[in-house]
Amino acid sequence: MPHQYFPGSASLLEELDKKLMVVLRDGRKLIGFLRSFDQFANLVLQDTIERIYVGDAYGDIPRGIFLIRGENVVLLGEIDLQKDAQTTLRQLPVEEILVLQREEQERIEAQQKIQYKVMLDRGLQPVTDALYEDTYS
Amino acid sequence: MLFYSFFKTLVDKEVVVELKNDLCITGTLHSVDQFLNIKLLDISVAEPEKYPHMVSVKTCFIRGSVVRYVRLNPAFVDTELLQDASRREANNIKGAA
Repeated sequence: MPHQYFPGSASLLEELDKKLMVVLRDGRKLIGFLRSFDQFANLVLQDTIERIYVGDAYGDIPRGIFLIRGENVVLLGEIDLQKDAQTTLRQLPVEEILVLQREEQERIEAQQKIQYKVMLDRGLQPVTDALYEDTYS
Repeated sequence: MLFYSFFKTLVDKEVVVELKNDLCITGTLHSVDQFLNIKLLDISVAEPEKYPHMVSVKTCFIRGSVVRYVRLNPAFVDTELLQDASRREANNIKGAA
């Protein structure tokens, strides 16, 4: 059992050198090869791309090598090729996905603004993101 | 270490892990470590249309610090045993101090 050698995150040993998707606390998704890790789940990813999802589309940005501080990691997923082949997502060029992402962000912000206004009108103090720093998107 | 031991008894059982970002992942518990990091096999996600990046993932490692709840089937939990174990652990701590 690897547990005896490395009590921290023994289960990551099996993922070394595999292509993984890492979800970060700020909602970003990175896909790369796991080259190193430690007991805090600090990670080194090689040949990383950042994948941006908007609706049923996605786009990839080449990023290179990442050293990720463990506290920012939400989860590491192993991509199953069989399941991957069944998805109906369509890939878009980087420029297009960035435009879509910005539009979506603006939509969300506009909606939030309305929500805050309604709350203020009813005498409620809207909770801003700063208070919710611990709830990861 | 009580909850670590407890989670070890749940290995190979189906659990639902709810994360602090509201993502709910159902899967078979493969392993757990001292930080309560969790490894799940054969996962499925609630509201997959909201989380398109999760649909092609089959096994995943979840950092313990981002977990909000782990939902368990009550049939897998012996509450009396758990209560006894926590008393024993409390006594051990008292004895050591």
